[in-house]
Amino acid sequence: MSDMTEIVKRISGVNPRKCMKCGKCSAACPAYDEMDYHPHQFVDMVENGRLEELMDSKGIYMCLSCFACLERCPRSVEPAKLIEAVRLAVVRQQDKNHLKPEQIPGLLDAELPQQAITSAFRKYRK
Amino acid sequence: MTYSYFPGCTLKTKGKDLDIWGRASMEALGVTLEELPQWQCCGAVYPQAKDEIATKLSSVRALVSARDQGRDLVTLCSACHHVIKRVNCDMAQDEYIRTRANNYLQLETPYAGETKVLHYLEVLRDEIGFDKLKEQVKRPLAGRKIGAYYGCLLLRPSKELKFDDPENPTIMEDFIRALGAEPVVYAMRNECCGGYTTLENKPYAAKQAGKVLDNAANCGAAEIITACPLCMYNLKENGGGRLPVKYFTELLAEALGVKEAEA
Repeated sequence: MSDMTEIVKRISGVNPRKCMKCGKCSAACPAYDEMDYHPHQFVDMVENGRLEELMDSKGIYMCLSCFACLERCPRSVEPAKLIEAVRLAVVRQQDKNHLKPEQIPGLLDAELPQQAITSAFRKYRK
Repeated sequence: MTYSYFPGCTLKTKGKDLDIWGRASMEALGVTLEELPQWQCCGAVYPQAKDEIATKLSSVRALVSARDQGRDLVTLCSACHHVIKRVNCDMAQDEYIRTRANNYLQLETPYAGETKVLHYLEVLRDEIGFDKLKEQVKRPLAGRKIGAYYGCLLLRPSKELKFDDPENPTIMEDFIRALGAEPVVYAMRNECCGGYTTLENKPYAAKQAGKVLDNAANCGAAEIITACPLCMYNLKENGGGRLPVKYFTELLAEALGVKEAEA
């Protein structure tokens, strides 16, 4: 798993060691209450090689991609990129897509914009 | 003046009002938005990982297509703008992404981020000017209290989007003022509405939408405008009808007299 941690760091471009643990990312996160691990914990846990716990967390599907943590980080650590890289480490596994095309008809309603489906596929499956 | 124009998937379907009134208003202002031929969906989310290349190619194709026509590229949907603008930054600044995308596409002239990407609101502010827009208003929206909802994608990350001050934006308020209405500033205008999770966790998306609308209403807004079809859906369908939500282009078309005002 340690190699996978290196890959997550590389594809995200995030250096967790830049973090000064101010917690502003989690304070800014609108999905804070929905996440089991919060943005600042992603940074700390990747740094400490606890990738498997993050890969099993539901928080990786709750990140809104709103970029508040990334914009407001005073050290430009940019946790959003790390959260996405952890999610990719999961959905790039065989049979680990979080959203499948056959689920879509059941999720549709008359007003749902295409953007909602397109973006969900991009975030939740490979 | 003619610009290349990327409408995107939703503006052809559920978000037609954003597109139709956007084009009609620009025509009234003497600007033509010429749709790119054979454009492909941008994917609606910017792929942040550095090894994601294929998911960025549709944006590169749109950027190349505008470059080859010698035009700036105008976007209208917040998500399309976000994705295409950031892919353009990658092509200009990230050698690894640029090399791999060009290696795949094998263009006659490789692409390196030459196209200027403008959001529709930036065209109004920077190319036409809000003072000139004000002169063109035929039916000022006097007495209307309107809250601008920026959301996330137009503002962040500000070092790439360079759209406005990410924490204290003014472009949409200036737009509202140019149309003769009164802008209502409220704290949640640049916080996320939660729309991306509407398929994953609808109650949460609804809760976030409610926070935005309640905050706007408490600050005195009687209506809200947005540039994002997903925000529109979430605020309108999941927001419990707290406030009317419109695309900013509908408001513009009303003020320019190209759209009948709704009763």
